Amino acid sequence: MTIDEPFVRISGVVKRFGDGAPALDHIDGQILGGRITGLVGPDGAGKTTLIRLMTGLMLPDEGKVEVLGFDTAKDPAHVQAAIGYMPQRFGLYEDLSVAENLDLYADLRGLPLSERKATYDELLEFTDLKRFTARLAGKLSGGMKQKLGLACALLRKPRLLLLDEPGVGVDPISRRDLLKMVENLTASGIGVVWSTAYLDEAEACDEVLLLNEGKLLFAGAPSELTARVAGRVFKVTGTSGRRREALARYLDEDGVVDGVIQGEAIRLVMAPDVAPPMAATEETTTAPQATIAPPRFEDAFIDLLGGGPGGRSKLAEAQKVFASENGKPVIEARGLTKRFGDFTAADDITFDIPRGQIFGLLGPNGAGKSTTFKMLCGLLKPTAGEGRVAGFDLRRDAAEARNRLGYMAQKFSLYGDLSVAQNLGFFAGVYGLAGARKRERIGLMVEIFGFERLLGMSAKDLPLGLKQRLALACAVLHEPEALFLDEPTSGVDPITRREFWTHINGLVEKGVTVLVTTHFMDEAEYCDRISLIYRGRSIALGSPDDLKKQVANAACPDPTMEDAFIALVQGSEEKQVAA
Amino acid sequence: MTAPAEIEAPTTGRARRFAALVRKESYQIVRDPSSILIAFVLPLILLFLFGYGVSLDTTQTRIGLIVEQETPLTRDLAAGFQASRYFTVSVGRDRRDFEDDLVLGHIRGIVVIPARFAADYAAGQHPALQVLVDGSDPNTANFVQNYAQATVANWERQRSQEDAGQPPAISAEQRFWFNPELTSRNFLVPGSIAIVMTLVGTLLTSLVVAREWERGTMEAMMATPVSAAELLAGKLLPYFLLGLASMTLCVLLAVSLFGVPFRGSVAALYALSATFLMPALGQGLLISATTKNQFLASQLALISAFLPAFLLSGFLFEINSMPTVIQWITFIVPARYLIPSLQTVFLAGDIWPMFLQAIAIMLLIGSVFFALAARSTRKRIG
Repeated sequence: MTIDEPFVRISGVVKRFGDGAPALDHIDGQILGGRITGLVGPDGAGKTTLIRLMTGLMLPDEGKVEVLGFDTAKDPAHVQAAIGYMPQRFGLYEDLSVAENLDLYADLRGLPLSERKATYDELLEFTDLKRFTARLAGKLSGGMKQKLGLACALLRKPRLLLLDEPGVGVDPISRRDLLKMVENLTASGIGVVWSTAYLDEAEACDEVLLLNEGKLLFAGAPSELTARVAGRVFKVTGTSGRRREALARYLDEDGVVDGVIQGEAIRLVMAPDVAPPMAATEETTTAPQATIAPPRFEDAFIDLLGGGPGGRSKLAEAQKVFASENGKPVIEARGLTKRFGDFTAADDITFDIPRGQIFGLLGPNGAGKSTTFKMLCGLLKPTAGEGRVAGFDLRRDAAEARNRLGYMAQKFSLYGDLSVAQNLGFFAGVYGLAGARKRERIGLMVEIFGFERLLGMSAKDLPLGLKQRLALACAVLHEPEALFLDEPTSGVDPITRREFWTHINGLVEKGVTVLVTTHFMDEAEYCDRISLIYRGRSIALGSPDDLKKQVANAACPDPTMEDAFIALVQGSEEKQVAA
Repeated sequence: MTAPAEIEAPTTGRARRFAALVRKESYQIVRDPSSILIAFVLPLILLFLFGYGVSLDTTQTRIGLIVEQETPLTRDLAAGFQASRYFTVSVGRDRRDFEDDLVLGHIRGIVVIPARFAADYAAGQHPALQVLVDGSDPNTANFVQNYAQATVANWERQRSQEDAGQPPAISAEQRFWFNPELTSRNFLVPGSIAIVMTLVGTLLTSLVVAREWERGTMEAMMATPVSAAELLAGKLLPYFLLGLASMTLCVLLAVSLFGVPFRGSVAALYALSATFLMPALGQGLLISATTKNQFLASQLALISAFLPAFLLSGFLFEINSMPTVIQWITFIVPARYLIPSLQTVFLAGDIWPMFLQAIAIMLLIGSVFFALAARSTRKRIG
């Protein structure tokens, strides 16, 4: 084996669970040393299965996986002695301290006592955990947990490091730190596998294996993939506030492969050799401007999948119009504060959302988004401050307020053991629909979302994309005037995500008001305004473009949402230190 | 290329890995309130329940006594009932006085001294009493019936002695060896120690292993050079010691607080308990290795270990009076072998032939569980 030989060879691998489509369907690929290989794809694409096959903890039904020259089926012990593995779920003991976890893994991996001090010092320095060695692992933040996991996986200088979704549950700053650490490792020749559902993380990898529904769509450098759509990606400005309506129109035109809202602008991916549609409409006096934008991994992914869905939302077409009541906000938060003991989960959060707007609460896990969100749905009583939905005070008229809002919790909130029809029936009942109206609304949802053939299926057996559609259908059954979406599209494939936002955009055009929480920086771009929540406080509030503009400077003239987030968090921390 | 990370001399590596696993588990036990709860607080509650709450002796059962016709003779018999330490008696004239009380459960039975009683007795016939009991609680009903008969028999005997100065008709007198006061606490408390060890050995062990699967820590461990056998052994030793600690606590309490006699040797106690932990731990491992889910594991442990130890071990219910098929099932319940031996250690002393047989059978059951558990714990996921 020379240095150029791949560390991992995957040949003709098939893995099945149950009778459905295989989790991995004839995968061939390789992982090189000294590189970060991104294992990229939406949830359920087969990323975790492929990583487990590389650890030898799972064996392929067909084909072969060779790691560092050892067949994982025949010689798992040698494979396991040479790899570092960080599973998706935090695999460390929460009731052991940082130092005790390190000791445990040092013993299990057989790190000689004489090397321990130097290794620990180096790793603790590297992960910046030195101050926390006595702290229980369960009391670390999401980012620090991942760093400790990384340190434990690195104890015996593995030649191959397998990281399963290390970026999940980690704030953007820690995520950048992690990525930087891993980049340093590859410099010393270690091979790294980094699996992710975030397409922006894919761009940071040297190589990617792009998986979708168990199939390998692409293998190679991400730049090679994005190059395929170079020159076909446009940023369209000047749609003067009617960008959602304009996007829906563009998406139905021939030659438009994909389109998303990006702040005030629209991002379009065109088919090869088709010019972006730039006609002036009745609403706009001047024609919109289209400029070529640098392509992103996601643009190329959609292109590879054959383009996104159209712009029509049958759901929105069937929706009644909520007329504006002279700018009165539909959702209001006034100084919402929630304390749990001496911990302030949400501190003086204030904002309001006028009718027909999308407002985003953006922040990493544990920042206080969900707490704020729950207070506004009347699920959690605020310690101080007040919230109103559709004019109803949540302290006094929580039930009234809740009848006017639709709530879509994170992906597993449906009753898995109930069928699709039973879930729809149950939620219709919960929202007080009965008789003809209940039948009519359920029938409409079944038609719009194409549930006819799935009615008898258990919700838990649906693929993720369909689960998500069902969750949306259940949330809008009673035609709520406000929609609360909790991390609505995390982990779903980009096509489903576009479909979802087409519906939401359409509903918003009809006057529905939307509050969405997300830790997905891209998703924030769909919002009219966002509030950045960090450590329980709102550190910035404004339109996505405003926030980006606030942090633009000479070094970074066109910052992404993530750049903006990081800069604003750092700015707020400096302010605190100064104060 | 460099050689793959060289593997240490297998034995020293193994010893160190084992020590690391045991240390980790011990930290977890000490820091996890639920382990302490199951190993020490739950046993205390059980012991107190069996020591104070549950008693199979009936003392002071409330009954109604109907004296249909008052004569010196029936008054004398009624006094016999009233003086009994087993009954609290309300006296009435007509059974209708007490029917409602019996239905409502205020009294457990009605004893009727019929109008003919005195006449029959005088005629030298065996006079009959009527006993009405609440059959919905068969245990108490039995007691009422038996004690009522005993009270009458007692009275008759005394009566005949007084009447004629003659010795009474021959009657058998029981003497109970080993537990002369027949205090049920004395055999319930040793039995409950078996239940406690089942809780620690099977319930707690299956929970902690299932928890490792649920939290994903098992997966991370498996991707290290540690072997499946080391993983299992590293789990077993701490819980084995915890089970013995929990047992020791129970014994100390039983002897000091409840005054249960301890006539055997400490060696026998530990030999029996340690052996019993083998099938208990083996079953716990088997459950968690097959379910990998805390909720299911706890349900399975309760149904397949705790309830049989409770119901099918002879702890509360006599095995000989069970239906034959159920009796067969009791043969695979490890507690069935431990409980009589433990009761012997406490109440009688060391009877090694009995203990050795129990130990042999428990080891056999334990090795079956271990073989099954080892087979289903491989270093594989899914």
